[in-house]
Amino acid sequence: MSTQPSQPAALFSPALAARFDQFVTLYPVKRSALVPMLLYAQDETGYLSDAVIAEVAERVGVSELEVRNVISYYSLLRTRPAGKFHVQVCTNISCMLRGGNEILEHCKKKLGVPNKGVTSDGVFSLEEVECIGACSWAPAAQVNYDFHENLTPESIDRVLADYRGRAGK
Amino acid sequence: MATLSTHPDCVPVVSYRFGKGATSIDRYLELEGYEATRKALTLGPDGIINEMKASNLRGRGGAGFPTGLKWSFVPKQSAKPKYVLVNGDESEPGTCKDRLIFEHDPHSVIEGTIIAGLSVQAKMGFIYLRGEYRYLLEITEKAVAQAYAKGFLGKNIFGSGIDFDIVTQTGAGAYEVGEESALMESLEGKRGIPRIRPPFPAVVGLYGGPTIINNAETIATVPHIFRMGGAEYAKLGTERNGGTRLFCLSGHIERPGVYELPMGYNLRKMIYEVGGGIPNGKKLKAVVPGGASTPALTADEIDIGMDFDQVGKAGSMLGSGGVVVLDETTCMVEFALRTMKFYAHESCGWCIPCREGTDWLKKSLTRIHEGGGVDKDIVNIRYLAENMLGRTFCPLGDAAAMPTIAFVQKFRKEFEDHLEGRGCPYRRVREPEPALV
Ligand SMILES: Cc1cc2nc3c(=O)[nH]c(=O)nc-3n(C[C@H](O)[C@H](O)[C@H](O)COP(=O)(O)O)c2cc1C
Ligand code: SF4
Ligand code: FES
Repeated sequence: MSTQPSQPAALFSPALAARFDQFVTLYPVKRSALVPMLLYAQDETGYLSDAVIAEVAERVGVSELEVRNVISYYSLLRTRPAGKFHVQVCTNISCMLRGGNEILEHCKKKLGVPNKGVTSDGVFSLEEVECIGACSWAPAAQVNYDFHENLTPESIDRVLADYRGRAGK
Repeated sequence: MATLSTHPDCVPVVSYRFGKGATSIDRYLELEGYEATRKALTLGPDGIINEMKASNLRGRGGAGFPTGLKWSFVPKQSAKPKYVLVNGDESEPGTCKDRLIFEHDPHSVIEGTIIAGLSVQAKMGFIYLRGEYRYLLEITEKAVAQAYAKGFLGKNIFGSGIDFDIVTQTGAGAYEVGEESALMESLEGKRGIPRIRPPFPAVVGLYGGPTIINNAETIATVPHIFRMGGAEYAKLGTERNGGTRLFCLSGHIERPGVYELPMGYNLRKMIYEVGGGIPNGKKLKAVVPGGASTPALTADEIDIGMDFDQVGKAGSMLGSGGVVVLDETTCMVEFALRTMKFYAHESCGWCIPCREGTDWLKKSLTRIHEGGGVDKDIVNIRYLAENMLGRTFCPLGDAAAMPTIAFVQKFRKEFEDHLEGRGCPYRRVREPEPALV
C-alpha cells in the first residue's frame, strides 16, 4: 500500500486510537497510561516499532528515550516482531516438576527454532517463560494470551496444529 | 477455564461464589452481592476498620501483615488524594489463586476495593493485573462497567453521597512489579524499581498520596468478612490467623489444584488427604510451603499447621499459598538452580547484592549441577546467600537468598554428590515423566 507522504497511514486502528484517547484521561497523571498503551499497541501492530514508540511518547507526553527505558524493563514488550502465534512455555518450578522442560524441548524440535526464535514463515515464535500462574495445572504454556494446561507432548502437538490451521486466516 | 478443586475439608468463603455465574452482576446480587458494601456504608471508617481487625485477616500476598492494622495506618487527614491499589500481579512461582478469583468472582474484588476505600475515605481504586492475565482483565473490566451502570461506582455510590471510581490496569511482564512500591512505580508509567521506605505506602504511596495496597485475595475476602461478621470469619482459622485461604497444590501430587482450606490446616493432611499423596508410590522429599521464595521443608517437617505463625516457627513462611511438592526423584540442586535462574532473571538490577548475588548464585549452582563444582562452591553459595540477606534494597534479594540457604543446609549431601565431575546423580535414575492426563 502506498500512502501520500503528507498523509501518513494511521498507525493504529480507529478503535484503538479512540481507546488511547480515553486512556490518558483515566489517571491522575497521563503517564500512567504508558504501559497499557504499549502493550495494546504491540497487540495490534505486532511489535513496538520506532514509529509506534514515537506516537506513544507523543500521546503520553514523555520523551522517546523514556518510553524505550520502560519497554526494556517489561518482558512482554518487544521491539522486534514475534511470530503470529507466540508460544510461551513455562519451565518454572511447578512446571519443571511435571515435564515443562520436556514440553519446551518438544516445541523446539517441532517448530525447528531455538528459544526466542521465530519460524521462517513467521507463524510461530517460541519463548521459555517464568511462572504464568497455572502451577496447579502444570505443565502449562500460553499462546499469545490463551492458556494451555496439563500439557503432554501429544497435547501440545494438537495445540500447535490447531494454531497452524488458523495461520492463513 | 481454571477451576477450583474441592475436598470435604474445604471451607468455601472466598470461593463461595465460584462456578455460580457470579461474573454477571445480577447473579452476584442474588448471591448476597454488594450487601457487604451497603453494610460498610452504615458502619463508617472506624466501624469498618474495627470489623477488619476483628476478622484477624492477614495479607494473602506473602508477608501476612494484619489487614485491619494496615488500613488503620492511613492518616485521616491528607492534603493529597488517597488511593486503594489491588495487587493482581500474581507472579510468585507456585501461585495461581488470584486467577481463580478474577475468573469467577470479579465483583468481590470490586466490593473489597470499595470497602477499603470507604475505610480511609479514598475516592479512587486501581486493580492491577499482570499482563499475561488479559482474559481476566477483560472479565474484570466488564464487571466494573456493570457496577458503574448500577450506580455502585462513580458519583454518589448507593445514593450515599460518596464518590468512588475504579480503574483497571494491565502490567506487561515483571515479577518485581508485584513488590508494592515497584507496583506503584509501574502504575505511574515507569520501570518497576522499588522505592525506599519509610515512608510506607499508607503515608506516601501512589502519586504521593496515602495508599492501601493489598493482594487481590485479601481484597476479595473483605466483602465476605462483612457478609459473615469479622468475629465469625476469625473463628474459621487459628489464633491471630483468621479465616481461610486459597492453597495452590502443585508439583508431585496426585490431585494438584487450588483448594480453600482453613488457616492452620495441617500440611501433612493437605498433601496426603486433600492432594491425594505422591503419585506412583513415590516418597516425599520436600515441600516448598508458600511459593518459590519460601524455604523448603523436609519430609519430616510437615506436621505443622499452615498459618503464618506456625510455618514461621518451622523456619519458613506461609507466603503466597503456593504449596509445591517434591518427590524423592527430584534433584534438589536442579530445583535450587531453577529457582535461582528465576530470581536472576527477575532482579531489577537496582542494587548490587541482588543483581550480582543472584547471578553468581546461578553460575555456582549451574557449575555444581553440571559436575564442575568443588567443595568450596557449596561454602561460597551459603556465604553469598547469607550476605545478601537483609542487605538488598527490596525483599526480592531475601526471597532469592532464603530458599537457597535452606536447600544447602537441608540437602547438603545432594550438593556433595554432584561434586568432582560426577554431575547430577538424579539424571540417571529418573524415570521417564509419567503421562499426565
Ligand atoms: C519481589 C516481590 C514480589 C511480590 N509479588 C507479589 C504479587 O505478585 N502479588 C501480591 O499480592 N503481592 C506480592 N508481593 C507482596 C507485596 O509487596 C505486598 O506486600 C502485598 O501486595 C501486600 O498485600 P497483602 O497485605 O494483602 O498481602 C511481592 C513482594 C515482593 C518482594
Ligand atoms: S533487591 Fe533485587 S529486585 Fe529489589 S531493588 Fe535490589 S536489585 Fe531490584
Ligand atoms: S510454575 Fe509454571 S505456571 Fe507456575
